[in-house]
Amino acid sequence: MSYISCENLAVGYEGQAVASGISFSVEKGDYLCILGENGSGKSTLMKTILGLQEPLSGEIKRGDGLQKGEIGYLPQQTVVQKDFPASVQEIVRSGVLGRSKFRPFYTKEEKQLAKENMERMDILDLAGKCYRDLSGGQQQRVLLARAMCATRKVLLLDEPVTGLDPHVTAELYQVIEKLNKEGVTIIMISHDIESAITYGSKILHIGRKNFFGTTEEYKNSKIGKYYLEQEEKEVCKH
Amino acid sequence: MQTLIEYLQYPFVRYAIIVGILIALCSALLGVTLVLKRFSYIGDGLSHVAFGAIAIASVLKLTNQTVLVLPITILSAILLLRTGQNTKIKGDAAIAMISVGALAFGYLIMNIFAASSNLSGDVCSTLFGSMSILTLKRTDVWLTVVLAIVVFVMFFLFYHHIFAVTFDETFSKAVGMKTEVYNLLIAVITALVIVLAMNLVGSLLVSALVIFPALSAMRIFRSFKQVTIFSVVLSGICTMMGLLISILSDTPTGATIVAADVVAFLICALIGKIRYGN
Repeated sequence: MSYISCENLAVGYEGQAVASGISFSVEKGDYLCILGENGSGKSTLMKTILGLQEPLSGEIKRGDGLQKGEIGYLPQQTVVQKDFPASVQEIVRSGVLGRSKFRPFYTKEEKQLAKENMERMDILDLAGKCYRDLSGGQQQRVLLARAMCATRKVLLLDEPVTGLDPHVTAELYQVIEKLNKEGVTIIMISHDIESAITYGSKILHIGRKNFFGTTEEYKNSKIGKYYLEQEEKEVCKH
Repeated sequence: MQTLIEYLQYPFVRYAIIVGILIALCSALLGVTLVLKRFSYIGDGLSHVAFGAIAIASVLKLTNQTVLVLPITILSAILLLRTGQNTKIKGDAAIAMISVGALAFGYLIMNIFAASSNLSGDVCSTLFGSMSILTLKRTDVWLTVVLAIVVFVMFFLFYHHIFAVTFDETFSKAVGMKTEVYNLLIAVITALVIVLAMNLVGSLLVSALVIFPALSAMRIFRSFKQVTIFSVVLSGICTMMGLLISILSDTPTGATIVAADVVAFLICALIGKIRYGN
């Protein structure tokens, strides 16, 4: 049984489908990249996977012991967060709230968990720093540590490298790869085909035609070849 | 100093100080969340709703207006803070609409069914709270004390959850927090605080009590906890100063308190500038 699977899924708002005919499955240990152009319905699909909205048709099945709320999430930055006065520690610790029973305080174990995840993300020395004073790459590590406090099973990353410079981008991809090697299942939304085929083990491409398969299959498929060529042309132009 | 001690002999002055400080503490506590959630204007909107409700209550000749004002305001707060993306009218527009609408209808009702001969005086004191803080009765004081305790206890119990929902609602919801419950909680507390604060500074200046301490604290401090604590303390101090100045020099209470908050904000902005250089 896979963690997440869906057959012929349609997602959208108010009865209007943004993307449809989506079928894919995520197994334990996978590194799935969801590709698609702007407006192809990537974010809507993501919200549906997270359970923030209902699918228009089809259903998302969770299996292999994956409960609702056990998908950690790295959202895109919101305007609210840009000038939010919060310390790194406060943010990372808040990751545990979803799964703990209601308590006005954090337990020792929860604090320890937050500390371990800050160590893992190499941001322990920033614990007392203010989130808004950090660089883009550091902020992403903070949010990753928070997501890791919520779950160790699946992480869903929404365009994690947007706005980061190439060096920091490469670093962040390495961090994510390391997590994947440690057994965390990764689902990453991206429009960066190059890195998707470098790091991902499976590709889901949504658009007018959907594709789902392993990275190798994607590279040899018609749709994959087409987009890779487009990408090369883009690179040559620059 | 002599005059001050003399004034403190009067129970209404003591009541004003107790109620004033409690309200200042509550509104500052909540202000941090509201400002960060981009709801700075909700204080203004809700207080106008409360003004409309007061108008209805006085026309109905209710002796205890809170019975009517509080439920109406809570209901509006819930409607306004429902941050659904599917709502037809967006947050800021909805607040503006309800705010002016309620203000107009309130004034209209008061005019048509004018209960007292001094209408403009009544309206003025409801809007600017010029006198009402100094005309509090014992029951008002008890009501405020109870509501303030409720606000503080709720905030204390749900502090971490309120932080999480304020910082990142989508994440919180995705990992299984019941964000609707906490949004509802914030809405109810907001309504409580605003109805309380109207007694102090009147409905036009309520926003100031909610947003100034939070904004001042954000100039200087960098963590949510520090910002929350400092804004509560600062709000208490400013209100105390404003009240004392207004009693001693006979200036309008509400406006004096807000003036104190503005001065405090300017000082904090200056400190922030020196400390962080931006």
